[in-house]
Amino acid sequence: MDYPPNVKLIRVPCSGRVDSVHLIKAFEEGMDGVYVAGCLEGECHFLTGNLRAKKRVEYVKGVLTTLGINPERLRMYNLSAAMGSRFVEIAREMTEMIRSLGPSPVKTGAGREFPQEQEEGEEQ
Amino acid sequence: MTGRKIGAVMVVGGGIGGVQSALDLAEAGYKVYLVESSPSIGGRMAQLDKTFPTNDCSMCILSPKLVECGRHPDIELLTYSELLGLEGEPGNFRAKVLKHARYVREDICTGCGTCQQKCPRRTASEFDGELGERKAIYVPYPQAIPNVPVIDKQICTYFLKGKCRVCEKVCPAGAIDFEQEDEELEIEVGAVILALGYETFDARLRGEYGYGRYKNVVTSLEFERILSASGPYRGEILRPSDNEHPRRIAWIQCTGSRDTSLGRGYCSSVCCMYAIKEAIIAQEHDPNLELTIFYNDIRAFGKGFEGYYESAKKAGIRFVKSIVSDVKELPRTKDLFIRYVEDGEVKEENFELVVLSVGLEPSEQTKLLAKKLGVELEPCGGFCSTPFFNPLSTTREGVYVCGVFQGPKDIPETVMQASAASAVASATISAERGTMLQQRQYLPEKQIKGEKPKIGVFVCHCGINIAAVVDVEAVRDYARTLPHVVWAEDNLFTCAQDTQERIKKVIQEEGLNRVVVAACSPRTHEPLFRQTLMEVGLNPYLFEMANIRDQCSWVHMKDKEGATQKAKDLVRMAVANAALLEPLERERLPVRKRALVVGGGLAGMTAALGFAEQGFEVFLVEREAELGGNMRHIYWTLSGEDPQAFLEEMIERVTTHPAIQVITNAEVVDHEGVQGNFSTGVMIAPTMTYRKLEHGVTVLATGGEEYKPKEYLYGEHPAVLTQMELEERIARGELDLGELRRVVMIQCVGSRTEQRPYCSRICCSVAVKNALKLKELAPDLEIHVLFRDIRTYGLLEQYYTKARERGVIFTRYIPERPPEVEAEGNRLLVKVWENTLKDDLILEADLVVLSTATLPRENEELAAMFKVQRTLEGFYLEAHMKLRPVDFSSDGIYMCGLAHSPKLMDETISQAQAAVARASTLLAKDEIEVGGVVARVEPELCAACLICVRACPYGVPYICEDGYSVIDPAKCRGCGNCAAECPQKAIQLQHYRDEQLVAKVLALTRGI
Repeated sequence: MDYPPNVKLIRVPCSGRVDSVHLIKAFEEGMDGVYVAGCLEGECHFLTGNLRAKKRVEYVKGVLTTLGINPERLRMYNLSAAMGSRFVEIAREMTEMIRSLGPSPVKTGAGREFPQEQEEGEEQ
Repeated sequence: MTGRKIGAVMVVGGGIGGVQSALDLAEAGYKVYLVESSPSIGGRMAQLDKTFPTNDCSMCILSPKLVECGRHPDIELLTYSELLGLEGEPGNFRAKVLKHARYVREDICTGCGTCQQKCPRRTASEFDGELGERKAIYVPYPQAIPNVPVIDKQICTYFLKGKCRVCEKVCPAGAIDFEQEDEELEIEVGAVILALGYETFDARLRGEYGYGRYKNVVTSLEFERILSASGPYRGEILRPSDNEHPRRIAWIQCTGSRDTSLGRGYCSSVCCMYAIKEAIIAQEHDPNLELTIFYNDIRAFGKGFEGYYESAKKAGIRFVKSIVSDVKELPRTKDLFIRYVEDGEVKEENFELVVLSVGLEPSEQTKLLAKKLGVELEPCGGFCSTPFFNPLSTTREGVYVCGVFQGPKDIPETVMQASAASAVASATISAERGTMLQQRQYLPEKQIKGEKPKIGVFVCHCGINIAAVVDVEAVRDYARTLPHVVWAEDNLFTCAQDTQERIKKVIQEEGLNRVVVAACSPRTHEPLFRQTLMEVGLNPYLFEMANIRDQCSWVHMKDKEGATQKAKDLVRMAVANAALLEPLERERLPVRKRALVVGGGLAGMTAALGFAEQGFEVFLVEREAELGGNMRHIYWTLSGEDPQAFLEEMIERVTTHPAIQVITNAEVVDHEGVQGNFSTGVMIAPTMTYRKLEHGVTVLATGGEEYKPKEYLYGEHPAVLTQMELEERIARGELDLGELRRVVMIQCVGSRTEQRPYCSRICCSVAVKNALKLKELAPDLEIHVLFRDIRTYGLLEQYYTKARERGVIFTRYIPERPPEVEAEGNRLLVKVWENTLKDDLILEADLVVLSTATLPRENEELAAMFKVQRTLEGFYLEAHMKLRPVDFSSDGIYMCGLAHSPKLMDETISQAQAAVARASTLLAKDEIEVGGVVARVEPELCAACLICVRACPYGVPYICEDGYSVIDPAKCRGCGNCAAECPQKAIQLQHYRDEQLVAKVLALTRGI
């Protein structure tokens, strides 16, 4: 059970509490990647919160695209409290993916990264 | 009975049953002594990997209950202790308890685990089914409550050889005490609940299966540990002989169950389901496994079980209807060779691992205790004897029982009985409610409005749990540099009792108005620290945690620098949030100490009487003119009771009880309010008078009904009846038994079909009951029962055996070729395909009796009115299948009886009592606190756009007359969906306001 320390958590009572504004704020502040971790679909503690979160994540992905930020930097994952190893897997997967994308263009001021010319060697 | 009564109950056995009883009792205002013989509570459930039929992780759902139990001020845990004897009388017992020496002081130990790491002595772990190891000083499993080790005197080097004491040297708290001695306590209690649980059958007694000789033959409980991520193989499916992955696994059912030759003539009720679960979970681990279950009958009789069974079949798990005669080990490979008979043919197969589905039985220790207490046991299996209509009472007055000790059962039924036992046990001492409770001491709340934030940070070493990876001192020093922080210190264990005292002192001396603890998970520890704040008059919401253990030291072990840096980041984020924390108000609403019970059948009447005995007023609302429901049509039971006599007496008690208002001919027409303060309107026929009932809790016991079939000529031919009709006719003497030569009963009519996929649970027992009755009245009558699986679970199995002994002929049919019934004048021709003979069996019958499904009574409108959920079949849906079997997910509303799922009368009684117990935890309180982390609307900003109304998963917000959204803090669950959706940001979720979440983001990205 080991994952890279660059993942930091902000606790919310339900993934459905996460507002589009919070997500956009994180990118505006130069975060390289953000993910929302909610309950498994159909098993939301608050019935449907995770489905609403999913919709919002999709929406913000669209906003990121418009802003020229690769929407892959934002993801939604579903897992239960009993899935520690899955949590680790996600943290690694997300970190690797962000590493392959490099720092956020907001931070580097590099301009639009998306859409961009064919990028090669993108790891998943 | 004279003398003083005592408002305390002793619960013996700390498994899920005992824990549930203890929690319900303590919440209802009684002092509880929870006695457990092993070092920690949790019992068998703690050993299980997942639970059927939801595949919930067992430990994950159990652990919060254990923590709650461990921390409850009115529950005194006496672990590593045993009840020796009981003197006195009901209401006033003196219990003698032997508390074994742990050699570790519970008041000092912080549970850091260092002693376990350093102890040099190892032995097989009982918890891991001896597949794993533990030390001489040990906590049985990581989440054990209390998290205090014991020294196993039998193997401890110091006790054996007089030298070692390593644990003493390494213990940072100085908690090891080799001088400790066993202690005998005398405790006064008003009642006792025995939740003694079970042991699994010793599979060595079925020598032909080779358990104990062949390494790759394991018991089902051992297989649970093999599956478990915290088990001996860390969740990898390996076999013991060579730690290789087995590919072909077989389960052998009924090992030590349904076996009169071994003195175990009962069915253990749970093995079919746990075997299916184990196979499903194994397949999740590795989809290429070949999994086979050898069974007698698949007894998937509980709620949601049949669907689970079907899903296993669809997933490719093979079910072989056969008794395995023996298992042989192949010497070279250690594979196992199984011989069995299927469809009349002898077959042979090799497997790499064999799991024996072992039965449940009371332990010898349990039987001994029962004897000492004067509690009688059943001849069958040594389970506790209980009267049919009083399934929670033992033969000793004042001593009650729940769980497997009362008969084999699964977790939800154990939980139901545990709640029920707490209701009946406390009913006898209800006048003493609240007399023995701890008063929590709180200072009046300090007003901090207008004060600048003054934050104190406490950084925890957690022994070496955090400190071995994170530089705790560096984090502490860093915290001192953060804005608003006026105090920062580090503690060896911030959660230890002495640290709580220290935190309180610092709050008072430094005038702190916010507290941050950097330690472990708020999920387990936040309530503790909030409590500490309240004790010195700080609002509990002025507290924030940074989880630098689970999120740092445990997961970044290889990167100490990275972990320390992240710990600093997390503390900075926590401090930024803390500065914005506000005291939250919790409104107090008085509780209307009155219950509404909807439905006047057995379930509803039992519940009504239960409430009345607890000293609460009850409205009992029945749609029909008469009380009694389905029970009016039941004339005998398998164990020989007279239901009609019982019913008559019960109706008398209900209608004459001064605390019960019976309202018949009444239909519920409206319902509103929140837990503690409901109001429900009823329309009473024939005058159609409207009446408003005000109450604090609601029990829905709206019952079920027998399915009236369309198949098998029912309604067309006079000789085709349902079981209930048969019973009625026999009872009224309307059946000329002398005229009858042959009766054919057909099982699963309308159950386990595509349209109605569930098993109706009771029909097998009812068929056996009526077959036995017919045999009693007309011994020469030939009776055939055509069945798919006979599901006479638990002790009911005895009657199935008896029926066969009396000559009732049971013939299995396969669902692909169900029986056919044709009319032939007054008589009937029944044709059924016999799959072993591969031929049709043709039976001429005078009577065909259909064992039809149990349906929920029409409840759709009612469910909508009470805003409660139902299953696809229309039964009420509980809040949690396993651990909250009588609670709806809406607070203050409970269910019982057939409306929950088909069940027998004794089970209905238990469940109704359980509903009383659960509801009493609310009714016992004078007021309830609502609010806290709830959504709050700013009316001036609200545009009444209705988005929150649609976003709320619970339908709480509404637009008021003044044109803005109102969210009742008593109903809000605090998920924050509305706040996230509100386009005007007129709604803020308290404690998780936008400002706070953004502050965390900013703290993370911008530093200080």
